[in-house]
Formats: sequence, C-alpha cells, structure tokens
Amino acid sequence: MAAVQVSLPLPVLPQGWSEEKDFKPIGQLSSATQRNIEPVGPHFLAHARRKRHKRTFSEDERIQAQENVKKIDDDDAGEISEPEDPLMLQCNAKDWKGQDHYAVLGLSKYRYKATESQIKRAHRKKVLRHHPDKKAAAGSSEDDSFFKCIQKATEILLDPVKRRQFDSVDEAADVEPPSKKQAQKGGLFKLWNPDFTAEGRFSKNEPVPRLGDDKATKEEVEEFYNFWYNFDSWRSFEYQDEDVPDDNENRDQKRHVERKNNNARKKKKTEDTARLRALVDECLQGDERIKKFKKEERAEKDKKRLDREAAEKKEKEDKIKAAEEQERLRKEAEEASKAERAEGKKAKEAAKNAVKKNKRVLKGSVKDGNYLLPAGQDAGAKRIDEVLNDVEAVMAKIEPEEMALLASKLNGLKVAEEVGKVWGEEVKRLVDAGKVKEGDLGGAGEVKTGNCWLD
Amino acid sequence: MSAQQDGEVASPEVHAIGISFGNSNSSIAYTSSEGKAEVIANEEGDRYIPSVLSYVKGEEYHGTQAKSQLVRNNENTVAYFRDYLGKDFDSLDPRPCHASAHAKKHGSTVAFSIQDTESEAHNAVTVSEITTRHIRRLASSASDFMGKKVNAAVISVPTNFTETQREALTQASKEAGVEVLQMISEPTAAVLAYDARSEAEIKDKIIVVADFGGTRSDVAVVASRGGMYSILSTSHDYETAGAQLDQILIDHFAKEFIKKNKTDPRQNPKSLAKLKLEAEATKKSLSLGGNASLNVESIADGVDFASTVNRTRYEMLAAKVFASFTRIIEDAVRKADLDILDIDEVILSGGTSHTPRISQNLQRFFSSKTRILSPSTLPTAIDPSSLAARGAAIQASLISEFDKEDIEQSTHPMVTVTPHLRNAIGIMVVTDDIKKGLFTALVEKETAVPCKRVGIFAAPREGGDVIVKVCEGARDIKITKKEKLKTNGKAASDDSDLDSDNEEEDEEVREKIWKVGTVLAEAAIKGVKKGGKVEVTVHVGADLGVVVTAREVGAKGGVRGTLDKPRVVENGSA
Repeated sequence: MAAVQVSLPLPVLPQGWSEEKDFKPIGQLSSATQRNIEPVGPHFLAHARRKRHKRTFSEDERIQAQENVKKIDDDDAGEISEPEDPLMLQCNAKDWKGQDHYAVLGLSKYRYKATESQIKRAHRKKVLRHHPDKKAAAGSSEDDSFFKCIQKATEILLDPVKRRQFDSVDEAADVEPPSKKQAQKGGLFKLWNPDFTAEGRFSKNEPVPRLGDDKATKEEVEEFYNFWYNFDSWRSFEYQDEDVPDDNENRDQKRHVERKNNNARKKKKTEDTARLRALVDECLQGDERIKKFKKEERAEKDKKRLDREAAEKKEKEDKIKAAEEQERLRKEAEEASKAERAEGKKAKEAAKNAVKKNKRVLKGSVKDGNYLLPAGQDAGAKRIDEVLNDVEAVMAKIEPEEMALLASKLNGLKVAEEVGKVWGEEVKRLVDAGKVKEGDLGGAGEVKTGNCWLD
Repeated sequence: MSAQQDGEVASPEVHAIGISFGNSNSSIAYTSSEGKAEVIANEEGDRYIPSVLSYVKGEEYHGTQAKSQLVRNNENTVAYFRDYLGKDFDSLDPRPCHASAHAKKHGSTVAFSIQDTESEAHNAVTVSEITTRHIRRLASSASDFMGKKVNAAVISVPTNFTETQREALTQASKEAGVEVLQMISEPTAAVLAYDARSEAEIKDKIIVVADFGGTRSDVAVVASRGGMYSILSTSHDYETAGAQLDQILIDHFAKEFIKKNKTDPRQNPKSLAKLKLEAEATKKSLSLGGNASLNVESIADGVDFASTVNRTRYEMLAAKVFASFTRIIEDAVRKADLDILDIDEVILSGGTSHTPRISQNLQRFFSSKTRILSPSTLPTAIDPSSLAARGAAIQASLISEFDKEDIEQSTHPMVTVTPHLRNAIGIMVVTDDIKKGLFTALVEKETAVPCKRVGIFAAPREGGDVIVKVCEGARDIKITKKEKLKTNGKAASDDSDLDSDNEEEDEEVREKIWKVGTVLAEAAIKGVKKGGKVEVTVHVGADLGVVVTAREVGAKGGVRGTLDKPRVVENGSA
C-alpha cells in the first residue's frame, strides 16, 4: 500500500527527552481478535503465500521481484549486443556480397545457428539505433549507408534460400582442420570435433552423427565415416557468382556469363566435395579407433584360425587312431581265420580218411557178399566190374555222413543176401530222394534192387 | 446443446469462469485477456439468467423461457431451488416455490415431482439434479460464448451457506462437468469486482455490501485492509426482498382491476402468475424511468388489463419496504460494533439494488463522506446484478492456474484465520492547538496481521528534533449540539439519530474522533531539515510484536525499535 501522507507536523522533541538509540518502548498492543480473512483477491493470495512459506513482507517482495526479473530475462534471452566495429559501420551496401551479414546484425556469435526470431530481434535493435531519421535528429549527417547494410543483411538472412547461399560461403563459420603437426600430437576428437560440426551445417540429412570419442562402438564409428563419405550437402556457390549483366542488349554476353557462373559453381562444388573427402580421409587416417578395431578384428581372425588349426590337428590324430584300431582288428580276424582254416583242413583230412575207409568198407562189403551172388556161385570178372561200378556210382551220389551210416550198416555183414538187402535199401532211398535214377545203375540190372541181385 | 457437453472428457486445460448462482437469477462471467471481468450473455441475450428450469413434453427450457412457463406449466417448472440445496425438508422455506413446482421430501433430501420426460409419469428430481442441470446449461452457454469448453468455475454463495450446502453444490456442479475451484462469498465477490478495476485504489476502508435479491437480502460489513477482506458481520433477511416490491405492485394493480371488473385476479393462480411476471417487468422499468406501464392480456375472465404507474406513486406504496432495506443495513453495522460514520463505502449488489429509491435512502442515512456505489448514485458504479459473477470471474482467473492442493492449502483455516487488531495504531501530530496532540491513524483497527503501513509526516516548519509517538487509538463519536433557534434539551444518545427519517430534523452533529489509548513507544528523530519529512513505518508481526522504524525522508539511518508481543490472544466474534 502506498504511504499515507500527513501534512500535519510531528511534535517537537520535548526538552530533556533522551533514550538509548532514540527509541523508548512503552506499551504493548492490546490483544487481537481472531477473524477469518476472506480467501479472495490478489492481496489475499499474497498473504497466503507469505503465510504458507513463512516469508516476511520484504522477503516476499524480493522473491516475487526476482521471479519477475527472471521472466524478463527469459524474454530477452538471446538478445544480441555485440560491440560494433567502426570499420564495419563504414561499409557500403553496394558491396553487400563482401559484407558479413551476421556481423552487421551483431549475430556473429550465432552465425548459421541464429534463429529467425533472433534475426528479427537483432534487426529491430539495429534499426532502432541506426535509422537515418534518428541520426538526423541527433544532428549528424544523413548517411544511411550502414542502415542499408542492415536492411540488406536482414533481407538475406530472413530469406531461407538466400541465407543458405550466404551460409554456403560464410568463411567466418568455417573451422580450419587441424594441421598435421597438431594431429600428430594426438587429441583427435578435440581437434576434429569443431571441424566436423562446422561442416555438418551443410548436411541435408539430420542429425549429423558426431565424431564421438574413445568409447564409441564400432557401429557408431562406421556410421560416422559412412555418413561423411556419402555426405549429402546443400552447399552451393551461387553467392560467388559473377554479376550477370542486366541489360537486354547483349544476350550472348549474358549467356556467356551465366554459363561461366554455372561452370564455376560446378567446379567449386566438385572441389568442395573433394576437399571434404580428403578431410575425412585425413581424419580416418589419424583415427586411433579404426586401428583399434582393426587390431581387434585381426585378433579375432587369428583366434579363429588357431581354433581351426587345432581342430584340424585333432581330426587328423583321430583318423590315425581309428586306422590303427582297424588294422589291429583286421589282424586279429585274420589270425582267427587262419587258425580256423588249419582246423578245417584237419577235419577235412579226417573226413577224407573216413570216406576212404567207408568206401573200402562198401567195396569190401560187396566183395564179402560175393558180389551179391549167392554163396558158392562164382562171380565172373564181368559181374565184379558191374557191381563195383554200381557201388562207385552210389558212392559218388551219397554224402560222407550217409556213407558212414551205410558203412556202419554194412560192416560185419558177409552174407550176400544181407549185404544185398542193405544196398537195395540204400539204392531205393536214393531213388526216392531223386538222387539216382534207376537206369543209372549198371546194365546188369541186378544191382537195381538188392532183391534182384538175390534172384 | 447440453447433450453435446455430456460425454466429453474434461480437457486438462482449465477454462474457468465465475458463476453467481442466485436463488432467482444466475450470472456467468469470464475474465478477458485484459484482466477485465465481463458478464456473458446466454443464447437468448440474457445476462441475468433466471434460475428456472421448465419441462414441456420432455424438452428442457432454461432461463427466461422457463420463467414464462410459470404461467401455464407451473407444475413442471422448478424455480427458487438454490436455497434448498443441501438442506433437509424440515428446515426449508417453501414460500418461494408456491407458484412453481413444489418441493417434496425425498429420502434425506428434497426433490421436485415433475414430468421431465415425454411420458406422463411424474419423476422425483432431486434439488442437486436440478442444480446440475442448471449449471450445465450455464456452463454450456459460457462454452459457446468463449469457444472453449468450460470445465471449472468459482461460484459465489451467500455468507450463510453451510458446509453441507457447499458440498452439495460442489457435487452437483461436478456432475455437470464443472469443477468448483473455490466458493467465495457474495459480498467479497462484490468487493473484489470493484477492487479489481484498474482505477481502483487499495485503501483501508469499511465497506457495507448490501445484496438485495429476489427472495432474500443479505448485508455484510467487510473490513478491506490493504486489499484483504474480513467480514465483520452479516445480516440476512428473507422478508425484505424484490418479491415484496413485486407484491406491492401486484396488490396495486389488482386493486385497480377490481375497481373496474369486480374480480380479483389474485384469486386465480394463472392470473396471479401473469400479473406477477408483468409486475416484475414494471418494477424494473420503474428503476429506469419515471413511468411504467403494465399490460396483461386476458388477466382474468378473458379481460385484458392495461395500466400505468409512476415512480412517485410506487415509492410511496413501497416506502415501508424501502425503509426496511435500510434497517437491515443498520442492523448489520450495529452487529459489527461500528457506527454508521465508520462506513466508508456501501456497495449495492443484487437485482433489487437497481431501485433508485433504496440508494437514495441510504445516501441520506449515511454521512456525506460515505460513498454509495449504486447505479443511481454513482455513474461509474458497476451493474449491481453482475457484481458477484464478476468477482467470481476475477477470482477464477487468479486461481485457475493453481493446483487443487494449492487452493485447498490457501483457503485452509490455518491460513485464513488471523489475528485482527482491536485498536488502531497511530502517530501523534500537532494541530494549531500546540498543547493537544492529534491522533493520526496509521494502521486501522480490524487489520489482519502481519501488516505494514508507512506514513510520511511533515516536520515542524523550522525543522529540528521531533518526537514520533506511537499510540493505540479508539474511535469515538463526538456529538455536538447545533445552535438553533430552539435549544434542544434532550440528552444526546447514540441511538436517537440513527433513524434516517428523523435525520433532517436532527440538531446534533455527530463526528468521528480518535481517543488516544495506550502509548506504545516514542522515538526521536534529531536534526530534521527545514521542510523535511519523516517516514514512519509500523510493522505488526503475526505475533502482534511491533516494529517501528522512523527516519527522515532522504536521510540515512533512522530509528528502529521493537515492542514485545502481548500475552493472550482472545477469540473474536467473527
């Protein structure tokens, strides 16, 4: 609340009044009444604020004031105040191509980063200071050349196309790449980061990957170099064009200049691309991370190779072992079969002997049985041959075991009938088994059946 | 229109308005981008929307349209329901609803039995449901006007609105999709509406807010101290209001009709309703012009009725009622332990306050120093009917960005209950009579602490050493008898001249003077320059400790001293 003005004077200090510090407390306030304040209105809210935060009047005022100040500061954030170079003030709007538009507006700190509103505000500020009317009022000459510079700078910077053209050739925003010497000293990231940030302003693609640091992963580093090797730049060089003659008279001349400009642009663009490429190459060369990744890669490869070799070796050994095992098994089998064969020979011989013996028995039985003729009857040589042939034939047809059986049957038999009977049975068995046909056995026919022999 | 509001999810952004929810009329207001409170007119162009809802075959009518249904469709028309909200049936006054749908007991609450759907069935619609519908219509009107969905409001309510009524209103408006940010009392809303004007000066003053409505009159005495308001006393009257003035006109015209036609239009409810509506319109015209006519078609027995009445006649008829308006104010001032001379301002609020006679009466009743803020006495006065809504809108704009918690904490008794000074604190100055000092109040009584006031005092003409004497002071009324031809032998008493009717004949002059109480402190300022001034700052802390700082304006240093706090703090009557 405003102070109350009282026109009536204060009383004069009585004689003899004295007190320490000129203040004499005498009484106390009478007790107060407790009442409700209506919780309404801005002043109440201030009261509530003080009471809740336990602030005193002056504290609250100070804090509120600070808050207000801060707000104003925020509004003015980015307000530009750069000292104006007296040389710059001399410049002429006719040489606008050579002028640094950002410096003219006092935005050299921001350059390509300046926002449109910053440019607008800077322009307004500069206009307020440099408007020719103001200068005229101040009594100085009506020189409005710098004002024109300001207008030109604003015109260019507020036109996105023109601004890009200017930004493309804004050398003041360029950052010199580190020299070889510097690069050798190390500190690659610190040295190159500003450079790439500055170059990145030309990128059509956002965001521009950052160089990063030691801890960057391989993917990040690869992405970075890929990005820069495939850099898509909007940088163009129209700004440095030679002025195209405006007169309509000489069209050829005009076209010539245009062509020249076009070529110059193309050339500059190519140069710029090459320059950038060289720059990235250089950075790549000095990039310790690439070496580190290569080393890691090699180590990885080596490890793989060693692993593979070890595996191969092991395989080989396994093969040899297997072959040895096979050999051993084979030998064992061979030995076993040899032994078997030797055994078989013996048995064969024994069987042969047995067959021989049986054959002898068989032949002997026929002889003992008087060649199957009744006793006393002399068998002629012919008869002996016939019978022996038949016996031979039978013997050829029957198995050794059957022969042994037959021999055991015939053994000891001397009587012709008996021998004949056994033979007859045998022949009959053979015929039944289909081994011998009746006609096969001799021409005499007596041997056909044992009985016939006995007839 | 209300249907489109129904299903919508409240957007997180708060669009708050101020609502004055009256028993007879409601108003809605918003705060414009320039910080000015503006009253919103509804679709029909009404800024004072009758708090009436009417149902015809399932269709809802609201405001003026609903009010006109009181004639033909009074059974299904709900009016004057605000005061029934949050009350039980036994404690409500059924008189206002006599001509509209009657309130019925419904469980623990009150309901109206109306046909609010297309079917013939009578539905019991509770008061809170009616309130919800009413607020929904108000909010939708405001949304249509602002082009933004209104989802919050500050609602003004009478000072004697109970906690239950507040809760019921909060609930009802929540169901209407309107969050109640805060409920503020009608008198403070009115004061705020005046104080929020850019030309307003924040001064320490005592204000009487007289809210003369349709069915009730409420008066509050408010101490405005540095823009903070404390209600010192209130007075409520349900017998003196706009309805009584209507009745006087009704009776007047009814008598005139009887003279010609031998029928009493008051006997027939329909005739009475017609007459009542027209009489109200006539009353409003009489507030503006000296003459007003009344036209009722087919008032009774198919007879048309036309008549005129002039303001003098009306004021004569209603003199008694007008006098009683003054008496309510007088009562409230007395309740606050104040004298009419203590009143710095009278704010007239409510529709009935448009009546010129009421403010003229008050002007005569109060001293010439008291400002009567009403349209007929002050051209710059704000329209009385919209004061509460405007105040609510201003408060809404102040707190709409607060969190709910913030509002709750700020309105918590811990914050609102504050010690108020019982006596004024002032500095002694000298007048022509050098021996006697004169007390100049720096901090008025009933100022909430902590507070700080600064006064700049002149030094004696020749400069030199001065003493700053800080005292407590009490206001006293000094009565001096005027020298007239006939001396008045009667002993002067405080009460004898309070009746405004006698004031003109009164021969006593009443003056406000200060009685010096306890001396609190003395401080010396030495070597004040010629024509110099002394700045005295009195800072009363929350614990009633006082810090006095005195220094010469423009000089360094100065005197600073503290007084201890008193021992006990008593409870007041607020």
